[in-house]
Amino acid sequence: MADVRYSEEHEWIRVEGDTGTIGITQYAQEQLGDVVFVDVPASGRKVAKGESVAVVESVKAASDIYAPVSGEVIESNAALADSPGDVNTEPMGKGWFFKIKMSDKGELTGLMDEAAYEAFVKSLS
Amino acid sequence: MVQSIDRSQGRATGGEIGNASAAPATFTGNRALQIEEPLIFEMGQPGRCGVDLPEPAPRSPGVKDRLNGLRRAGDIGLPGLSEPQVVQHYTRLSQKNYAIDMGVYPLGSCTMKHNPRINEKVARLPGIGDLHPLQPVSTVQGALELIDRLAHWLKTLTGMPAVAMSPAAGAHGEMCGMMAISAALEARGERAQRKTVLAPESAHGTNPATAAALGFIVKPIPANERGRVDLTALKAALGPDVAAIMLTNPNTCGLFESEVVEISAAVHAAGAYFYCDGANFNAIVGRVRPGDLGVDCMHINLHKTFSTPHGGGGPGAGPVVLSAALAPYAPYPWIVKDGDKWHVAEDEAKVEGKPLGRLKAFHGQMGMFTRALAYIMSHGADGLKQASEDAVLSANYVMAALQDVMSQAFEGPCMHEALFDDSFLKDTGVSTLDFAKAMIDEGYHPMTMYFPLVVHGAMLIEPTESQAKEDLDLFLGALRSLTAKAKTGTAAEAFKAAPLYAPRRRLDETLAARKPILRWRPSNNPPETDPVKQAAE
Amino acid sequence: MRYLPLTDADRREMLSVIGARSVDELFKDVPESARLGAKIAGLPDHQGELEVERAFQAYAAKNLSPSSVPFFIGAGAYRHHVPSTVDYMIQRGEFLTSYTPYQPEITQGTLQYLFEFQTQITMLTGMEVANASMYDGSTGTSEAVLMANRVTRRHKALVSGGLHPQYRRIIETAAKWEGFSAVIGKPDVEGLEDLIAAVDKETSCVVVQNPSFFGHVRDFAKLAAACHAAGALLIVVVTEVVSLGLITPPGEMGADIVVCEGQSIGNGLGFGGPYVGLFATRDKYMRQMPGRLVGETVDADGKRGFVLTLSTREQHIRREKATSNICTNAGLCALAFTVHLTLLGEAGFKRLAEINHAKASELADRIGAVPGVKVLNDSFFNEFTVRLPKPAAPVVEALAAKRILGGLPVSRLIPNDPSVENLLLLAATETATEEGMGPLVAALKEVL
Repeated sequence: MADVRYSEEHEWIRVEGDTGTIGITQYAQEQLGDVVFVDVPASGRKVAKGESVAVVESVKAASDIYAPVSGEVIESNAALADSPGDVNTEPMGKGWFFKIKMSDKGELTGLMDEAAYEAFVKSLS
Repeated sequence: MVQSIDRSQGRATGGEIGNASAAPATFTGNRALQIEEPLIFEMGQPGRCGVDLPEPAPRSPGVKDRLNGLRRAGDIGLPGLSEPQVVQHYTRLSQKNYAIDMGVYPLGSCTMKHNPRINEKVARLPGIGDLHPLQPVSTVQGALELIDRLAHWLKTLTGMPAVAMSPAAGAHGEMCGMMAISAALEARGERAQRKTVLAPESAHGTNPATAAALGFIVKPIPANERGRVDLTALKAALGPDVAAIMLTNPNTCGLFESEVVEISAAVHAAGAYFYCDGANFNAIVGRVRPGDLGVDCMHINLHKTFSTPHGGGGPGAGPVVLSAALAPYAPYPWIVKDGDKWHVAEDEAKVEGKPLGRLKAFHGQMGMFTRALAYIMSHGADGLKQASEDAVLSANYVMAALQDVMSQAFEGPCMHEALFDDSFLKDTGVSTLDFAKAMIDEGYHPMTMYFPLVVHGAMLIEPTESQAKEDLDLFLGALRSLTAKAKTGTAAEAFKAAPLYAPRRRLDETLAARKPILRWRPSNNPPETDPVKQAAE
Repeated sequence: MRYLPLTDADRREMLSVIGARSVDELFKDVPESARLGAKIAGLPDHQGELEVERAFQAYAAKNLSPSSVPFFIGAGAYRHHVPSTVDYMIQRGEFLTSYTPYQPEITQGTLQYLFEFQTQITMLTGMEVANASMYDGSTGTSEAVLMANRVTRRHKALVSGGLHPQYRRIIETAAKWEGFSAVIGKPDVEGLEDLIAAVDKETSCVVVQNPSFFGHVRDFAKLAAACHAAGALLIVVVTEVVSLGLITPPGEMGADIVVCEGQSIGNGLGFGGPYVGLFATRDKYMRQMPGRLVGETVDADGKRGFVLTLSTREQHIRREKATSNICTNAGLCALAFTVHLTLLGEAGFKRLAEINHAKASELADRIGAVPGVKVLNDSFFNEFTVRLPKPAAPVVEALAAKRILGGLPVSRLIPNDPSVENLLLLAATETATEEGMGPLVAALKEVL
């Protein structure tokens, strides 16, 4: 069964084997409002944990997306180019950003599980 | 329905916001003076032309092609319109704009003051408006003298020894000033080491954008509870890595940085420079000289403080005054007087100092210099001081007249603009944006919204010195009326529907950004079959 | 003071509402050491409109007005006839005195003309997308190089020796302070420069001008192909935008970014500014563009309308990660440009270009027949370079003494280079007449 982890920057990562699928959370999309553009990284790009790898934009804001783990980008969600609104309607489904082949699964331990993330979001309001 | 307009403040618009007029639809879609206007590309006809030009002289027989075989083939696609059509088109478009000439334009941070027409007239005089920038210097002595005269005024009003005239706008002036700082650091051998620029969180976006473009790392400095730079935090951030502070004064909250002298002393003691964003100079002309505050450089937005027209977004001009420490690095060109002759120091001219380079072709925004000087001469030293005082007085009047119904962000007095936050709208369902859009239906351009970023739901009102008291009172009455309606708690829907009476209702900005349409194309010719696009592939 | 509506009575009343005794109290946050008591000394007091106008007439009288003498200077700023309608339109207060269209509901006038302007620019340049203007051609060129650096993630620009010398200086200045490398070519007097061999895997862009500063008309299709093969962008600069009515547009040669100085259409010479920069590129680079963009959308009633869009590129949102720090641009000069171009239309614009070329051809033939003078160009649009038998600067001064503005000595813009000392750059537009050309040729014979 897939394991989903969360970062304090409101990203989620779904782990299947050594592949992680990354997107932004429900809370993040609500804060952004209507998403109009997502700049996703190219396949093959090597990224380090904490590196800025993608940008998600609404009409009046742009937010950087930081890699929650290190590795190599193996696929990005090309469909977002035509339907960025997927990030709003299905942030954890069709609105995923990119997939990464993780180089160090140990980095996952620093991320939150669902319950911890929910508590974290509550603490923000 | 009970109207909550303060009658003593002026006449009421009447009606309730959000209640659309029940006027019937018209055949044309026009509504009296509001005329729907097509694009020029939808109006043109082959065979029409708005100019009459003679037949070009025929090429002499036997003359070879002088275009290197690169004669343009095919149509450009430009529409053909006659002169009356052109006049009507742009006149109708003009009537869809709000403007200073129409009334209160309280856009904070933009200084939307009266634009005198004498400025336009003198800028167009033969011998000024028609000069070529590269005609012999001996034939433009009056033009060079004019630029020098404006430079003299700017230096005197700011108390600074030098000015670089060429930057094309405020942001361009920032680039000039920060390059001069880089050049000074390089001369000291400290450019590699001083890579940090400090800027308050409330700074204009151009400040961090400029610093970052020049390779600096921007470090934000927090504000204190009085809306000023936190001096303790600033001192803690200063060190041998800091190149400069970029500080707007009066600041973007509309307040004078009361500890500015301590700030500049601390900055200089740390070996850094003080860049002052002069966007708000209008508050202090004739009352305070930035040179007395320890400023090393400051750009002056001639289209703000000195009334050159805002023109729908430019052109501006952004001369930068420089301290003695930075003057040797000023960019080319500048005007020099040699005996009774004026000269231009252009690239590679032999000069003292180390000019940082060149930022713009020719000599700067001459048309704006002419207008600004006409404004300055019209006011004189006495009028400029009075103008600043009236601007500050008007802003404080706005603040005082609204303090019981809106929420003042910081304690006053303010300078030339009054800042409010959105706490007075709490639980009404009305946002800053809704409130601003409702102002449109009352016949006003909204204030600056959501800036500065340090205040929640910011509303920044800059009345300028150009409004009569009775016009300010009517404006204040309208704002009071809107606050009362918002606070009923039942008007959120009505506010969200505003504006109703403008040429357009709220526009779908999400759609515009998701599927950008940035040019007209024949509607029956979707992008994938567009010949222009195909030719480009 | 005629611009200040507040009366002393108003001021007193306003102070009482504020609860301040005097306006000085409102300035209490100014440190005492910096407060000025009296008005600043040594500056004159206010003046009436008549006095101000006289002062400017006096400045004007000390200049030689190009409108009153034979005139043949170009070099990046061109004298053209601007129809009266243009100046009337830009002086309408609704255009002149509004600002950046932040509130689209009440600035559709500005937004629609900018959308039309953007479309016109794409047509002229043969490109896919254009912005709502830059300050001018020179600053726009420097912005184009920065954009190419962003797109390619490379940091070396190759700059043609055919580019306007001041434009080259501006790129050099940006390179020095913004941290990239600019390889600047030697002045390309003959128009034979070939940069293809210099393009390598580190090159972010090649910057060329067409027609070049010296007037040559070049085909850059092969250079474009070489750039693209190396992963670099081709930036084509046009300082005389009227040439696009007659010459193959840069977009058809494969340019990736086109920057034009738009002054020639709608904007007077004005001693060098304000002018208007035109900036166009390919759709795929849209989000890397500097400056403002206007896009089409609909309002709450479904009616077509226009808004500023893709603003997340810009400084007020993106701050230190913005594509440029540009804010205010050249709105009113863009209006002058678009009104003039709308008056011209397809037929008028093309004819204007033909007339310019014909006038310059006539001038080249007549100047080339003066003994000792050699026209260096095989190709040109409305401007060309001649070699004189002696230094050009004193010749131009001697012509000016005869009240003839007879071209630009190249040495003014490229000083300290003996190889260009004798070169004179001459332009002829539709404003050139027999009454101007005749005296120029005669005077040149005299002073040589």
